[in-house]
Amino acid sequence: MSSVRLRLDGSPVELEAASSTSLLRALRDAGHTKAQGACEQGECGSCLVRIDGVVQNSCLVPATICEDANVETVASLLNQDLADAFARHGAVQCGFCTPGFVVAAEAALASAESLTYDTVRERLAGNICRCTGYHGIIEAVLEVSQRRREANQ
Amino acid sequence: MGTTSSPTTVEDALKALSNGARVINGGTDVMVPVNEGRDWVDSWLNLRNVESLRVIEQSHDGIRIGAGVTFAKIETSLVHLAPALARAASTVGSRQIRNVATIGGNVATASPAGDSILPLLTYDAEVELVSLRGTRSVPLTQFLVGPKRTSREPDELLSAITIRDFQGAQHFAKVGTRNAMVISICSICARLDRERGIARVAAGSVAPTPLLIHSAEEALLRQNAAAEFSRLVVEASSPISDHRASAEYRRHALGVLAERVHRLLWQETQ
Amino acid sequence: MTTHSPFSTRFGTVIRPDVPPKIAGEFEYSNDVRIPGMLFGATKRSPHAHARLVAIDTSKALAMSGVHRVFTHEDVPEGRLLGHITHDQPVFVLDVARHEGEPVAFVVADSQERAWQALEAIDVSWQPLEPVTTIEDALTKDPIHPQGTLIRELLIERGDDAVGEVVVTGTWETGRQDQLFLAPESAVAYPSADGGVTLILATQDLHTDQQQLCAVLNLPPEKVHLINSGIGGAFGGREDITLQAHLAIAALALGKPVKTTYRRSESFLAHPKRHPAFMRYRLGAKSDGTFVSLEVSIDLDGGPYASTSGPVLGSACYFSAGPYRIPRVRVHGRAVRTNNPVSGAMRGFGAVQACFGIESTIDLLASKLGIDPVEIRRRNVLVEGDPFPTSGQRFEDQTDLRELIDRCMALELPSSPATLDLDLPGGTGRTLMGSAVSRGEGFALGVKNHLYGEGVPETSWAKLTREGNTIIVESSASECGQGIQGVLDRIVRTEFPECEVRFAVPSTWMQYSGSSSASRQSWMSGSAVLGAAQKLKSQTSSGEEPESAEFEYRAPATYRGDPTNGTGDIHVSYMFVAHRARVEVDTELGLIRVAAISTAQDVGRVINATEIRGQILGGIAQGVGFAINEHLDTPSGLAANNSLTDYLVPTAADMPLVVIDVLEQPDPRNPLGIKGVGEPSAVSSTAAIANAIRQATGKPITRVPVRPSDIALAN
Repeated sequence: MSSVRLRLDGSPVELEAASSTSLLRALRDAGHTKAQGACEQGECGSCLVRIDGVVQNSCLVPATICEDANVETVASLLNQDLADAFARHGAVQCGFCTPGFVVAAEAALASAESLTYDTVRERLAGNICRCTGYHGIIEAVLEVSQRRREANQ
Repeated sequence: MGTTSSPTTVEDALKALSNGARVINGGTDVMVPVNEGRDWVDSWLNLRNVESLRVIEQSHDGIRIGAGVTFAKIETSLVHLAPALARAASTVGSRQIRNVATIGGNVATASPAGDSILPLLTYDAEVELVSLRGTRSVPLTQFLVGPKRTSREPDELLSAITIRDFQGAQHFAKVGTRNAMVISICSICARLDRERGIARVAAGSVAPTPLLIHSAEEALLRQNAAAEFSRLVVEASSPISDHRASAEYRRHALGVLAERVHRLLWQETQ
Repeated sequence: MTTHSPFSTRFGTVIRPDVPPKIAGEFEYSNDVRIPGMLFGATKRSPHAHARLVAIDTSKALAMSGVHRVFTHEDVPEGRLLGHITHDQPVFVLDVARHEGEPVAFVVADSQERAWQALEAIDVSWQPLEPVTTIEDALTKDPIHPQGTLIRELLIERGDDAVGEVVVTGTWETGRQDQLFLAPESAVAYPSADGGVTLILATQDLHTDQQQLCAVLNLPPEKVHLINSGIGGAFGGREDITLQAHLAIAALALGKPVKTTYRRSESFLAHPKRHPAFMRYRLGAKSDGTFVSLEVSIDLDGGPYASTSGPVLGSACYFSAGPYRIPRVRVHGRAVRTNNPVSGAMRGFGAVQACFGIESTIDLLASKLGIDPVEIRRRNVLVEGDPFPTSGQRFEDQTDLRELIDRCMALELPSSPATLDLDLPGGTGRTLMGSAVSRGEGFALGVKNHLYGEGVPETSWAKLTREGNTIIVESSASECGQGIQGVLDRIVRTEFPECEVRFAVPSTWMQYSGSSSASRQSWMSGSAVLGAAQKLKSQTSSGEEPESAEFEYRAPATYRGDPTNGTGDIHVSYMFVAHRARVEVDTELGLIRVAAISTAQDVGRVINATEIRGQILGGIAQGVGFAINEHLDTPSGLAANNSLTDYLVPTAADMPLVVIDVLEQPDPRNPLGIKGVGEPSAVSSTAAIANAIRQATGKPITRVPVRPSDIALAN
């Protein structure tokens, strides 16, 4: 086992990990539960985080290569307007996928790409939701996209 | 106890490799069996910080794509120069997978379904391998030796893929039953450079390795030979039945894809 | 996108109390629970579908550092069996493993990783036996279980013999759908000083779990407590015991908290899945399309253990004739044991399979007679006073089915041609390359009971305590994400509009409210909470003591069917739904795009409009998955695709456009007029899509999920 020191949502943390331990597991073993694991194969997006600015599945990253990394989860990436929109549009039922969707959605909203129904669908295609049928999530992201664009004009 | 090295140069990476470390960049392939407990890694050779591997260099000679270039980058950077490769890249996994998954990883894994491998085959790509002994180039066709087997020596790193011949109408297509995160049941990539009289076609998931089918090239160069082209492509394949599809369906689908791509490329070059 | 008619706002708009913490990532699921000093368990499972257990050698595992103990059948007194209804399932393999993944041992270690590693060191030797994997084999070979091959057999017969001028027959098959709830099984058990044990888990049915644990542990209910932590989806997959008994046994033996979390590949094998169904239909009608007679045989693959196969078969048989007037009906159903994975509850519970059978057969009839498929249904749907076609139960105060059909058909299905890759058959794979697309539309009507029925006594208890301006609700109803707490919140506020509402954590310290299944909780626990709220309201407060009131609501009585012909007042009430689907198909490759779905559903009373919409969309997503992708393939009983790489569920890029209309025809059988909402969206969406694919391709489409080769290679 080695020690891995990194920044998690702005705070320094120290994780214990064997070489074969994914960042997801190392985080969760240490009690940091803002990323969830539903498949640990990179097929569901529940474990989505941002590492050094790159949005990726934390289940596919060994913890030991994350020394000194800046790891961000829903805790630092969620903006209140998206939180409100998710709540109002029925984007959350069991909520297990939600933190991952927030990371994906905020990344989509932060990108220069203009968001439409079709581009949002494509951008969120790597996150599985079993409860909501996706439309509430897509609508929430579109609403926020529009509001932020208007606010920036 | 395991160690992780995160070198910043290829040379340091090669030294770490000689200590038996397992190579990782995107991790999207290698970590899956590790998470399942079917594989165990003692030490990692983390290539994410080797910037020189992440470069796409364009020269008069062609395009040298660093092994560490992600599919996200290929999807956008090469969309005009090598559109079939860019399209294939855009079908890999999902947005977050493409953010980290690398072309070098895809090629080195050498899955018979490897999406990016098909367009590379149609570009007569060469694989650059480096070791402490030096650098060598191998045609991609020779690099792919068997299902998930390559001719990379244990002390070599795949450093780049070079393509020199990527002009012409081209199309990549893959059969899957979902819009994202799907391993192809059957795939095809074809290129028709009528100006220079070059035609290439490669097929995936229908043979032990991705297949460059020379026997069908001549038919691709003739306008009304779509049916013949299709027949030749299918003849060259040897698909198996597995839980994703039967050999019969794969053969059928390949034939349909081949006929369609022939017509499409000829339409595009009118 | 979705549109919907204005929902009733009598109950106001709601943000469910659990939603904000879920968005912030602060909601605790059972997977997140940590108890200081806890140990970790992992389950050794049979790699065979059918094998005799020869020996277990745990010595190597026990010699590993950090490994505490390995539990096997030797740690369970003989005769103690598990089972949701019938107790027929050992805690650990005793002598024969009957399905792949059946638990053989449970190892406990200092860390989850260590426990998983220790699994490799447990040597189990097996003598493989020939697995029984088809219905035919099950019915002809020796039983694979001491309780025999048939879990249940049901014969339903009504009316005098009749044939009809026109007869169509069809053979229909449905696949093995997994609930694929996202949170893998995970729970913690810890011992208490009184010799009992407490579990923090994620289950749909606290009390039924408790009953089974009491029986296995030989402890009274006062010593076995279950507390629901956050549940990451269920859909029927959390109704059976999976890890609970192993954890409880380990915690009691070791005197320490023990946690385990399943990996996805084992989760696929651990919980029961939707029953594959094999159905033969024979529908006779007059030449004007009036239904005259129906003969159905249904065989369900139950896997080796009963689970909920009994009631699932009941549901499949009673709804095999759909919601139609048919004077002569004969249904013969069997739920059969095999060495395939265990089958049990999944959203729709037999009615999904039955709907595919009847709705596909009706389309065949419509085609043969040259009658519009929607019109033929409209002519034959039940009206007030009709006998239900199978049970004969009087159709009374139910949905106006003609209006349901009309409201569904009045919705405009988006018809613009797809231009984006994403929306073409073959999608981002770009396989179409300009070739022709075949379009088809399909319609299906769905029916299912809500609440248990078949004479099962059904109650729900709730207690409300008022502390100042806050009302605390105690209900053991499981919140799996479906929004029951939001519903109960609203109901409390009908009596106490100004109060804040808080929920005690659901646990077995509260009385029985039954499972969160059968679309029953809004009705059952809603009525219990209403009763308690009304009682509380009528109490006068004379001091500063918190007041409380409890109420046990009892569902209207139902009866098991007549033993000779299955008829009787079987169900409390029904839910009805209509789906219309448009598909676009690349017929040469057999690739399908489900382009749009419109639906009308009678939801009784809109209590929480957002959640109703969410249930409808979520059920349709599962219906889409079942129609074109979802099947756990088990050649020779061994799962070939128990991973998310190859068990494909729809993503955001695969969802069709959905247009929704809801009807509110309150059910007079409960005080609030509530109807269940959760299941109908999954009941007929698959059938509508299959009918659309049949129309688009002209192929028989006799099974779901539809595979590309069913179109591309079929004659």
